Amino acid sequence: MKKNWPLWEVFVRSKNGLEHRHFGSLHAADAEMALENARDVYTRRNEGVSIWVVESKYITASNPENNPEMFEPAKDKVYRHPTFYDLPDEIKHM
Amino acid sequence: MSEEKIKDLENQFEERIARDDKIEPKDWMPEKYRKTHIRQISQHAHSEIVGMLPEGNWITRAPSLRRKVALLAKVQDEGGHGLYLYSAAETLGISRDEMIEQLHSGKAKYSSIFNYPSVTWADIGAIGWLVDGAAIINQVALCGTSFGPYARAMVRICKEESFHQRQGYEIMLTLANGTPEQKAMAQDALNRWWWPSLMMFGPRDEDSPNTALSMKWKLKRKTNDELRQQFIDQTVPQAELIDLKVPDPDLKWNEERGHYDFGPIDWDEFWQVVKGHGPCNRERMEARRSAWENGAWVREAAMAHADKKAKKSLNKAS
Repeated sequence: MKKNWPLWEVFVRSKNGLEHRHFGSLHAADAEMALENARDVYTRRNEGVSIWVVESKYITASNPENNPEMFEPAKDKVYRHPTFYDLPDEIKHM
Repeated sequence: MSEEKIKDLENQFEERIARDDKIEPKDWMPEKYRKTHIRQISQHAHSEIVGMLPEGNWITRAPSLRRKVALLAKVQDEGGHGLYLYSAAETLGISRDEMIEQLHSGKAKYSSIFNYPSVTWADIGAIGWLVDGAAIINQVALCGTSFGPYARAMVRICKEESFHQRQGYEIMLTLANGTPEQKAMAQDALNRWWWPSLMMFGPRDEDSPNTALSMKWKLKRKTNDELRQQFIDQTVPQAELIDLKVPDPDLKWNEERGHYDFGPIDWDEFWQVVKGHGPCNRERMEARRSAWENGAWVREAAMAHADKKAKKSLNKAS
């Protein structure tokens, strides 16, 4: 039976000190080939100093349909932000 | 889902588009939005891949090492751009193999410009300058498109393409400043590529039934005619600067409009090429199919090797 090359997600650190960021995806037979392909597809112009690849099927994503219960509760917790607190004007930096 | 619920989702979707929210792959979207995007993104990807062929034709015959490394890098970029776009289309639920099958069966189209032959070295100059120039205008307009993965691919592609156009124009500039024969070669290439480049923007707005919906969904941000005019206005002075003549006797600056007026486009030719009767349609498809078929054993062998390696490491672990 014909088996297609699986899909991989590619994460690139553009320079030391920065996090790896999702760059895109590609197909490859295994991890080693995924790394080689990621180098050719996503870093032809010095875009990176480090690459992670992970097979797409291992990523669990939240469902946008559940966004209200996932993310909206954070909206009414304004006390998590510094601007919630009243301080005298004399305090310049806090 | 009830009809009422779908109507509700559709309304919410339209509102999101109206306030310039991006749509991401897992978001709810109307079936027609999904299908239209699969069609447009995959055809865009196919254009990048087929677009490698007319230029690949000249890699071994580039006149200097400088030209050769630039052309190699450009063709490699086109391959990369095809891959970004296939990935973007895959997020909508179509597989890479299905898309390739649609290209090879003729079900999916690609940009008709690549069905014209590249017969002289000057054609490589004209392709970079005009064809990539037109593509950039189309693609810059698409950076703001509503579907997130497509917009992100476009941003990357636009960044990379500006070198393509510059290398093409530099080739034309060098030929135009060369011997009379070289200059004639540059003029000949401009003569042959000018009109097909204008056709790259697609039919006139009044003959483009998909434009209204594409604009509403912000799949397109400008109409075919607007983009075509922008290309002409931008390119004519570039031709004048290197003393080449745009092959259009009706071309004239219109002070009142602030744009160039231009002569009629031969839409019969456009539709002939779209329908598969261009000079190279058959050759391009044969090249694609044979690359795919002759590479099948490599794809299968790589997969078999990966499976074997995975089993081995599993055995070691147990």
